[in-house]
Amino acid sequence: MMDRDNFEKLMTEVKDFVNNKVRPFAGKFEEEEAVPLSLIKEMAERKYLAAPFPAEIGGLELDQVQYGLLTHEIGKGCPSVRALLTVHTSLVGQTLLRMANQEQKDKWLPLLAKGEKIAAFGLTEPDVGTDAKSVQTRYEKQGDHFVITGRKKWITYGHLADVFVIIARNEENVSAFLVERDRENLRTTPIKGLLASRAAYIAEIELNAVRVPEENVIGNLGQGFSYIVNTALDYGRYSIAWAGVSLAEAALEEMVKYARNRSQFGQKLYKFQLIHEMIANAVTKVQTAKSICLQAGEQRNNNADEAIMTTTIAKYYSSKIAMEVATDAVQLHGGNGCCNQYPVERLFREAKIFEIIEGTSQIQQEIISMYGLKKYNRK
Amino acid sequence: MSARQKIREYINSNLVVLDDEAEFEDADNIFQKGYVNSLFAMKLLNFVESEFQCKVDDSDIVISNFSSVDNIINLVKKKKDIEE
Ligand SMILES: Cc1cc2nc3c(=O)[nH]c(=O)nc-3n(C[C@H](O)[C@H](O)[C@H](O)COP(=O)(O)OP(=O)(O)OC[C@H]3O[C@@H](n4cnc5c(N)ncnc54)[C@H](O)[C@@H]3O)c2cc1C
Repeated sequence: MMDRDNFEKLMTEVKDFVNNKVRPFAGKFEEEEAVPLSLIKEMAERKYLAAPFPAEIGGLELDQVQYGLLTHEIGKGCPSVRALLTVHTSLVGQTLLRMANQEQKDKWLPLLAKGEKIAAFGLTEPDVGTDAKSVQTRYEKQGDHFVITGRKKWITYGHLADVFVIIARNEENVSAFLVERDRENLRTTPIKGLLASRAAYIAEIELNAVRVPEENVIGNLGQGFSYIVNTALDYGRYSIAWAGVSLAEAALEEMVKYARNRSQFGQKLYKFQLIHEMIANAVTKVQTAKSICLQAGEQRNNNADEAIMTTTIAKYYSSKIAMEVATDAVQLHGGNGCCNQYPVERLFREAKIFEIIEGTSQIQQEIISMYGLKKYNRK
Repeated sequence: MSARQKIREYINSNLVVLDDEAEFEDADNIFQKGYVNSLFAMKLLNFVESEFQCKVDDSDIVISNFSSVDNIINLVKKKKDIEE
């Protein structure tokens, strides 16, 4: 954990960084379909890409609450920039930190921390999404190597990454592998025509008999789903929970700005009661979502048993309210909200993604409802 | 409470089927029976490490070590002397 004074100083720096170098350019990044490499380099130099890692591997040692707050600030600036933290730092970095063996940690974490290698997480496939245990990408053992064949789809930062965590199966066994981009027969193709996340190098990955050595297996062979995928998605859900809050808060700030400036019927919009309703609802949703993210963060810091469930609830709730608040933000902007001259148009599109990634809302509801059926059963 | 009881109770509180539908013996594979989902694998690992104050070796992080009350007891016994 970073001490309070240093954390406050860090957050001031992060806000400046976001206000000067991220938020004003989010629309441009989207148009150019790329977060600039110079910005990624700067994030690495500022150690943001290693925010929750220990100092000895180049990290800032943020605890889970602090890392959530950092994710939140960056997410307010640009979801595609925040997505790098989600996949590179949370899904891959934190998972390696927790589950990889010492050699893998020694080899990869310093490189990820410095941004010398960018990492992405390859689980989803053209025909396999929610039912992730059914991945069709196959691996087989050949001598002291594994040979992996299959396709991964929608991989965030996939077209930029230098190393991938690839989830594959051999009959009933699902395993996780580190696969470097420069392995022969691995190809990535950017996915165009996306609703949002356009600057996040989303790609399809083709693995055509890619050979990786035994030491690239993460965790124990055949245990990839239970331990690696679940660990990664838990970190990912925590990150997206904060992403939802950050997007909703960004949309709320736009609503407030517009309501205070735009006039109709000779009055500022903020004078109308129905506008009050939208703003009151948005404030309430943002603050409740933030509270549950903080609660999840505290529980994660304490390694509490409820942490996984609170994180699931936080992800479900904050992605849902991000969509709701962004919808109201567009409504409040009227015609202007439908045009990319105003950030709410982009925020509205970006919000939808959160209800789909890291487990769709329907799957979170399944998990939360079963928990509720037990927890709230009066005996 | 004995270690066995603690483990049973913990599993019971995490079942993804309702209590009256689920009965399991200490030797039953709770994952195969569909009584818990795969999210539970990580929780169970955390539970074992924190409840019994031990670090499970990397090579022991395999689902078969956690798939039944008996297997969990055997895993913990590798690390610690416990009252079953
Ligand atoms: C922008 C973006 C970035 C992404 N980044 C990554 C990444 O970095 N790595 C990665 O591996 N994947 C990534 N994904 C993939 C994402 O995780 C999947 O899209 C998601 O898991 C859903 O899978 P699917 O798209 O195949 O939908 P499906 O699983 O086909 O679901 C379709 C619909 O059916 C519903 N449904 C499915 N099963 C059930 C059920 N049992 N009960 C009720 N409803 C159900 C779903 O909720 C959904 O509404 C990304 C996706 C997007 C859009």
